Amino acid sequence: MAKKISNTFTNKELLGFYEKMFLIRKFEEKAGQLYGAGKIGGFCHLYIGQEAVVTGILSSIQSEDTVVTSYRDHGHILARGVDPKYVMAELTGRKDGISKGKGGSMHMFSKANRFYGGHGIVGAQVPIGVGLAFAHKYRNEKKISRVYVGDGAMSNGQVFEAFNLASLWNLPVLFIIENNRYGMGTAVNRSAAGKDLYERATVFGIKGEKINGMDFFEVSQAAIRARDHIYENSKPYVIEMDTYRYRGHSMSDPATYRTKDEVSEMKSNDPLLSMKNKLLKDFKVKQDEILDIETNIKKQIKEVEKFSLESPLPELNELFTEVYL
Amino acid sequence: MNILLPALSPTMEQGNLVKWLVKEGQQVNSGDILAEIETDKATMELESPDDGIIQKIIVEEGAENISVNSPIAVLKVEGEDEDSSSNLTVEEKSPKSEVNISKDIQSTSVNIRSVFNNQVADDKNWNEKEITMREALNNAIAEEMELDKDVFLLGEEVAEYDGAYKVTQGLLDKFGSKRVLDTPISEHGFTGLAIGAAMAGLKPICEFMTFNFSMQAIDQIINSAAKSLYMSGGEINVPIVFRGPNGAAARVAAQHSQCFISWYSHIPGLIVVAPSNARDAKGLLKSSIRNPNPVIFLEHELLYKEKTNVPSENNFLIPLGKANVINEGSDLTIIGFSMSVHRILSALPEIQKLGLNPDIIDLRSIKPLDEECIYQSVKKTNRVVIVEDGWGNTSFGSHLSYLIQSNCFDYLDSEIVKVSGKDVPMPYAENLEAFALPTKEEILSAVQKVTYKN
Repeated sequence: MAKKISNTFTNKELLGFYEKMFLIRKFEEKAGQLYGAGKIGGFCHLYIGQEAVVTGILSSIQSEDTVVTSYRDHGHILARGVDPKYVMAELTGRKDGISKGKGGSMHMFSKANRFYGGHGIVGAQVPIGVGLAFAHKYRNEKKISRVYVGDGAMSNGQVFEAFNLASLWNLPVLFIIENNRYGMGTAVNRSAAGKDLYERATVFGIKGEKINGMDFFEVSQAAIRARDHIYENSKPYVIEMDTYRYRGHSMSDPATYRTKDEVSEMKSNDPLLSMKNKLLKDFKVKQDEILDIETNIKKQIKEVEKFSLESPLPELNELFTEVYL
Repeated sequence: MNILLPALSPTMEQGNLVKWLVKEGQQVNSGDILAEIETDKATMELESPDDGIIQKIIVEEGAENISVNSPIAVLKVEGEDEDSSSNLTVEEKSPKSEVNISKDIQSTSVNIRSVFNNQVADDKNWNEKEITMREALNNAIAEEMELDKDVFLLGEEVAEYDGAYKVTQGLLDKFGSKRVLDTPISEHGFTGLAIGAAMAGLKPICEFMTFNFSMQAIDQIINSAAKSLYMSGGEINVPIVFRGPNGAAARVAAQHSQCFISWYSHIPGLIVVAPSNARDAKGLLKSSIRNPNPVIFLEHELLYKEKTNVPSENNFLIPLGKANVINEGSDLTIIGFSMSVHRILSALPEIQKLGLNPDIIDLRSIKPLDEECIYQSVKKTNRVVIVEDGWGNTSFGSHLSYLIQSNCFDYLDSEIVKVSGKDVPMPYAENLEAFALPTKEEILSAVQKVTYKN
């Protein structure tokens, strides 16, 4: 595997992906702390444990490609390159937040970074993402829309409608099912009949596969396969990621529906650790290079925290702006 | 037996006989195609109701505007009395409904034409042509698609079928299948798709075959289309028009007859438009397509065939949020929109007989609302009647009444009276349906109440 990946990415690029994963992990840990301290309110869904999914997919993305996801979106907008300080300031509900403090955890967007949300209603992002793909095809652009969807949404009717439309109209869209095994507190086997979730897309004539979503290299290879399939065939593709969230569904979830043993077993398979080990062993990356990255990110997160707490609350007149354009 | 011109749709009143496929003296079997009939929506085939011989063709091919239920041919059926063909029309035994709405509206179709044709919307000398609202909407879409390649049309049966109500007739031929798309019966999915395309900068026109089906997609309309600009801090706008027939058509009963004005005008982030005539329909739809916000454009099936003079130019626009005073008076203000404007106009002659001359305001846009126009009129007349087809409970009319009393309290000389649809699911029976909607009698009695003429 090392050989194949080293043909695709330089060590510098691989370190860049590791840096992204580490940033997401540290950002989310900080968000969890700030939530506990009462600095972040409302719903707050952390991405810890699933970092390899978004980063592996990122390794196949062109800057003009579009991305849309659900409410567990902090990691996704960071992966897309938005400065974490604006994301954290959104979580603290401040003026400098990416949505000016009006969106919150679940509603963040960046046109410049081709990130189209951040959608709070389960499943709603899927037809929207198919619409982004429609726009790419309509304008004859060589772009792919990447649509993330959780296991919980895979029983939602509009998702099937979107699969049908995407396949019927041959739209350039990659569906990424982040199967973290629980839709809130309901295990997949208690909510979804049948075997694998991605088969719910293949019945519409969409090609797909299921892979280990805890490993950056596996995700990256699948993402590149999917991208090439979409380019070559002008048809959608689906990848189901077997992944896991370490934290509860949201901050208020004690996660009593699963055992501690299960969580610790999944943590032994940690995507950051396994990537780090492979970089050291298979790619001969130096320990110091990784340490430098980690030190810098930790420093950056401190600045991000400071920024998000020092940014003022939005002006009251912001209440009435941006209802209409 | 007489073969009658059938009603091929709930709203069809007349048809054209395009072609006879049989000759006099020809033997036919039940179910054989006898003729092609053209309605305002489609060309349909007329089947033989029984086995027999075509004895006589009464209406020649090419004849136009034949009334529904008039005899067009005589079929000699074996075993039937020779002379029975002449008196086969069954006497109408069922009681006629006391309130005949379609008649009311027919009588106003002349009225509305003169009302809208005589008004000057602006100073320009438009090249005007009398066309139906259906044609006006079609022209608006075609012109905007011509002007802006980002505009596209999608919905059920909008392309190959030419539109369930023929509003989109010919657009597929003109613009091709890339820009005029038939969707599966999948409102939630294609609405979300259209919103995603709008987020990427395209300008979709998303047709609901009727707005009743928009309920399947209402989460996408409200949570995705209406709120995205706000919750993205101004980053993502959704330039989209949702359009289609709204309100009660004719005898299509509870699940296909309701008015969504109150539903959608409740939502911040949506613009809501409801034209009453062809001229407004064109100007408002063009403005809606050009607007960068999501617009709910509520048409009315029973008004599609109504004609007014409409400017042919592609730069004819009517601004959103501007009401239209269609009758100027001083005794009271009557406010309506879409179909209720026609109900008000049908009552106008009798209102005038009471010695009253009302300001009649056609709101045209529900959101934004032309409050200035309304208050100006109320401050002049001091009396208000509001007419709306939708249910009265927590309705737009109720809100309008609140706005008027809080902005014009000192000017009011009587209570505000609201005439709404009754708070019941729409019944099927003709008389019950007519009674479920605002009636002329109710409008008259409201007028009498606010003017103390009862």
